[in-house]
Amino acid sequence: MTAAPRPDVVIVGAGIVGAACAYALAREQLRVLICDAGFPGGGATAAGMGHIVVMDDSPAQLALSALSRRLWEELAATLSLACEDERPGTLWIAASGEEFSALDEKRALYGRAGVRAEILDEQTLAAAEPNLRRGLAGALFVPDDRVLYPPNAARWLLDAAIERGAELRIGSAARAVGAGRLTLVGPSGAVETVEAGAVVIAAGIDTPSLIPGIAIVPRKGHLVITDRYPGLLHSQLVELGYLHSAHSMSGASTAFNLQPRSTGQVLIGSSRELAGRDASINPAIVRDMVARAVAFMPALAGCLAIRTWTGFRPATPDKLPLIGPWPDLPGVWIAAGHEGLGITTATGSAALIAAGIAGRAAPIDATPFLPSRPMPAMEAA
Amino acid sequence: MSDHHAVDVAVVGAGPAGLSAAVHAAESGARVTVIDQTWHAGGQIWRHRDRAELPDEARALMARFEASGAQHLAGTSLFDARPGHLSVLGPNGSLELIAGAVVLATGARERFLPFPGWTLPNVFGVGGLQALVKAGLEVNGKRIVLSGSGPLLFPVAATLAQHGAQLAAVCEQAPRGRVTRFAASLWREPGKLAQAARYRSTFRHVPFRMGTWIERAEGEGRVQRAILTDGTRRWSVDCDMVGAACGLIPSVEVGMAMGCDIVNGVVAVDARQQTSVAGVYAAGECTGVAGEDAAIVEGAIAGLSAAGRPAEALYARRDRGRAFAARLETAFSPRPELRDRADATTIVCRCEDVRLDELRAEWGARQGKLASRAGMGACQGRVCGAALAHLFGWEAPRVRPPLVPVPVSALRPAEPLRD
Repeated sequence: MTAAPRPDVVIVGAGIVGAACAYALAREQLRVLICDAGFPGGGATAAGMGHIVVMDDSPAQLALSALSRRLWEELAATLSLACEDERPGTLWIAASGEEFSALDEKRALYGRAGVRAEILDEQTLAAAEPNLRRGLAGALFVPDDRVLYPPNAARWLLDAAIERGAELRIGSAARAVGAGRLTLVGPSGAVETVEAGAVVIAAGIDTPSLIPGIAIVPRKGHLVITDRYPGLLHSQLVELGYLHSAHSMSGASTAFNLQPRSTGQVLIGSSRELAGRDASINPAIVRDMVARAVAFMPALAGCLAIRTWTGFRPATPDKLPLIGPWPDLPGVWIAAGHEGLGITTATGSAALIAAGIAGRAAPIDATPFLPSRPMPAMEAA
Repeated sequence: MSDHHAVDVAVVGAGPAGLSAAVHAAESGARVTVIDQTWHAGGQIWRHRDRAELPDEARALMARFEASGAQHLAGTSLFDARPGHLSVLGPNGSLELIAGAVVLATGARERFLPFPGWTLPNVFGVGGLQALVKAGLEVNGKRIVLSGSGPLLFPVAATLAQHGAQLAAVCEQAPRGRVTRFAASLWREPGKLAQAARYRSTFRHVPFRMGTWIERAEGEGRVQRAILTDGTRRWSVDCDMVGAACGLIPSVEVGMAMGCDIVNGVVAVDARQQTSVAGVYAAGECTGVAGEDAAIVEGAIAGLSAAGRPAEALYARRDRGRAFAARLETAFSPRPELRDRADATTIVCRCEDVRLDELRAEWGARQGKLASRAGMGACQGRVCGAALAHLFGWEAPRVRPPLVPVPVSALRPAEPLRD
């Protein structure tokens, strides 16, 4: 057996972010090796909703999510059917008049980022989503937001990378990372050190095991999925207060976030809590989340819930992902800490990583994401 | 609406094991609540419309149950289970049962192994067909092929014959040698032999073919013929209905949800019928398929143990039942050829219409589910999970609440817990 040629880049983690990096780097004509301790897309990628959404918690988040959504749009025509890619748009629901008055500013922000958005008043919202409770003040409709099925999207990105020469190793766990060097333990227990021009760590919540001290913690979320109710809702429905729930790191929070799947099923979210890595279902959180969902959409009460699960978002203290070179180890790059936006921002993150490794100018200002940035202390749970 | 209710012993399932557990715990002075999804006590084995149809033993146990003071929550689903804590949904809404001890008597269900045509209309399970007939499905004059395994075949064939069905074939997949050895071992249980003979007499003109199984079902829009095989030759039998399954598998999901050790597909129990989780007991088919006699004695031990009473006097009888279960397992385990029936286009997950060629054996259950949706549907992988375990050796799907589909409102409290 001849030794495989030395890869230009080795990527740790074949979740959606690692997969997007593999695809972007393979398109740069680089020789890519991507490895994962488990199977591709089996971590947070498998647990998430798959909402491709522009978010405006900060200017940097807005820039990255808008870029990322554009990149998903470019891929849309080529994605496999199994990716279940659709464009239902997002309705940001304003429950009160006070919230409604904030929509103007949100629309203007989106507009400046090149993101189409329109304000729906009470009647227009009721007509668009008749199953929402009456009396909601209105909504901001973002028509180009998408929904896809993340595990298969990750798989598609990997296959597209493999088509361009990338190599995927499943069951290969990264044990240690050094400057341009990675030690892997294969499925049979064989230890191997791979040298590469660059090492990209896209290991989500497992990143700290390779990069001690990096500011990423697991932030647990719950989701409930229903049986099939086609037409119950048409767009992804998110309460305006969602941003607050996502932003505040203290304590547990839930927010109304409802997604129509292409199957007719409805995904009910969302929750956030710091609970270590305890994956068990927290009935109190589920109750809270479901109560909120039913309060917004009473018809949901009679729909059959068929499954509940949890997942762990890789969260950072300043709510922005870590994308760029790791200052302590030359040749080591980080693409991790995407919290609940990893599916959306995988493509943009990959574009930043690819530009960085290829030595090209980044498509957006990369400095807010640099892993070397000063980080506030993580708030206590 | 959500309410709390505290009991000494909660019993999950009102079949023979559950009723026996409830009777013995209640007669020991414990406050007992039995929950069951169906409307009538008796479980699958004693499913009935008129109690007079049932064997004496069943009627006696039911009468004793009714007199025991145990509460029966019928038409009630268990959708979340932790030790000492059961979330149930009944006709009057959801209820939180706080129980000092829990007895799992969750029974067994049919094992469906996919073959071409198994999703055609009028192809049912073996026990499933019996249940439908008892619920009123008309089979008079219908030509029916039964292809199954184990002692369930005879009573089902008998039920069909008694309802006027024209049995076209009754096939046991286990080879003749295994069946014969099993039958020979029944001299120790003359009652079981006599019962089998009584059932057989109701369809005595129909050949009982051992070492024979259905290979495929064919027809336009519904099943019209079954292709049977004995491994060397194959032949076609015209029919209107097919009952096909491959014996029973223990229903262990509630045990899994409670964190009980599952060993070789059954809820593991000690001599007192206690599971690996203190205060959680199990009895009947969920601890291994052994029939109603074993279930009744195991239920008795579990009920007494849960109520803090000794039960050693019953151990010897229970152990005989366990030995019978082991003989059943040896005799009627699925033959390897059943695995080869499914072709590339055979549906392996009915809920999500997943074909065999959409799956790859090297995936485990979770990767397979995520990639193909197999097991994601409303049956929560209860049907395809066993099939995929058989076809690929995949592990059982994980169990998470809700244990059965329930309305979203059942997951919601009377008022939000927090702001």
